[in-house]
Amino acid sequence: MSNSLTVHQRTTLSWAWLGVLPFLLFALLFLILPTLNIVIGAFQNPEGNFTLENIANLFKPSILDSYWISIKISLASALLGCIAGFLIAVAVVLGGLPRFIRSPIMTFSGVASNFAGVPLAFAFIATLGRVGLVTVLLRDWLGFNLYGTGFNILSFWGLTLTYLFFQIPLMILIITPALDGLKREWREAAAMLGASGFQYWRMVALPILWPALLGTFALLFANSFGAVATAYALTGSSLSIVPILLFAQIRGDVLHDPHLGYALAFGMILITMVANGLYLWMRARSERWMK
Amino acid sequence: MKISFLQRFSSWIILLLGILYFALPLLGTFEFSLRMKRGEYSLEAYRVILSDSRFQQTFSFSVMMALLTIVLGVLLIVPTAYWVRLKLPRWRPIIEFITLLPLVIPAIVIVFGYIRLYNTSSWLPLTGSSFGTDILMVCGYTTLALPYMYRAVDTGLRTLDIATLTEAAEILGANKITILFRVILPNVTVAILSGAFLTFAIVIGEFVFAALLNRPAFGPYMQLVGANRAYEPAALAIIAFGITWMCMGLIQLVTRLQKHTRIQAPR
Repeated sequence: MSNSLTVHQRTTLSWAWLGVLPFLLFALLFLILPTLNIVIGAFQNPEGNFTLENIANLFKPSILDSYWISIKISLASALLGCIAGFLIAVAVVLGGLPRFIRSPIMTFSGVASNFAGVPLAFAFIATLGRVGLVTVLLRDWLGFNLYGTGFNILSFWGLTLTYLFFQIPLMILIITPALDGLKREWREAAAMLGASGFQYWRMVALPILWPALLGTFALLFANSFGAVATAYALTGSSLSIVPILLFAQIRGDVLHDPHLGYALAFGMILITMVANGLYLWMRARSERWMK
Repeated sequence: MKISFLQRFSSWIILLLGILYFALPLLGTFEFSLRMKRGEYSLEAYRVILSDSRFQQTFSFSVMMALLTIVLGVLLIVPTAYWVRLKLPRWRPIIEFITLLPLVIPAIVIVFGYIRLYNTSSWLPLTGSSFGTDILMVCGYTTLALPYMYRAVDTGLRTLDIATLTEAAEILGANKITILFRVILPNVTVAILSGAFLTFAIVIGEFVFAALLNRPAFGPYMQLVGANRAYEPAALAIIAFGITWMCMGLIQLVTRLQKHTRIQAPR
């Protein structure tokens, strides 16, 4: 009796499995196999044998420099994005601002976090480029020559400042629900035990928010690390960050070694994987408090 | 809890700084886009862009790509999400993990894989013809949209009692296809529309796939204009921002409409 039941269950299960087959096939063809192909290529020499030489070649100074500047830009834009986004979210949620500004800010954050790529680069060139609005206004009104300070929109700080346009809104979108999850009672309980506002933040709120903050930081890091279009439209190929180098490599084998190109891509996957893994892990941890 | 004057004051300062940072690039771009004619503000840059035949071609090409991506995405994701919720709840973490992968693997790596896997000397030479490349691009865009589309649809399904709906339809003699298109789909329209508008916003200005697969899309066109012209890129940026804004506005609109039209589930 019980035996026939398990057999029956097994057959229905095998049929049910077919329902997701189209999706799995699609994912295999257009997501998993292409990625695996690159990863495998990173560990092969031109003859198709296994080698670690491509990975070792990533540690050549020129390529290492690319990774380093990419990581620095991503760290800077993620850190500044986290801080600025957090401050704005705190001001809006807890800072005593009128309630009606919250909805437009969230809508704008949704728009701005999706406004990346080529047009974003144009916007910042028109604003902070050599004849951009802010550059000209600073010069004409305050007599301040922005480009005299060594600033250039096509540089590290220019790119970081541009990335913040989608990093800050993303932070606001993710951290606002977490701030909403801070219960009023916690603050009251802390106040009753004699905690100052600063002590409440340091010993209650920030420890609770910590996983969410760290997780979002990792997400923002990955977000800017993989961005190609903004950087390419902004700097052309004058700033040699990893995605730009990979773009040039795919277009015309600038490294003169296809397999080094696969290794370069593999390195990118590795870094975004670690960052996203951290994000997902931290998100799972922070949800414990947010029930 | 009382909020002190100092807190309120610093909140306003932070907000104003934030508004300044986000408004200046938009104002700057808009102002710049009006400066094409010397000595006066005019819409000349917009006129030049909108009457450029390559703008019209690339823009309609990208709109087409976006629409096809949305159709393929819906056909692929709605049945899958429905089926997983109904019959394969244990598969959910796996399917969800796969849909999150496009956020982990940079788009440039995925397209690199396409070029390797589907080149002219491969088993499926999609990049050999422009039609094949377009198919590949729609599949690629669908992959990029997976995380957003799947999450939107899955959230929409969560609020439905799928098992009861399916059973009721089966008792009335509906087959699986009928259930999917006439029972499930109408109930998740809002979720699908939200996913669709987001997909549209992503695909319309997408650059990496189109540039590396060498297709005449709006993203590479914008880049080309940016490299060669002065005032037109600013006009393009304003147009692109308007499109993104419109898509997000439509998402809000349909979500708000849903709150009014949806029949409340019995408690």
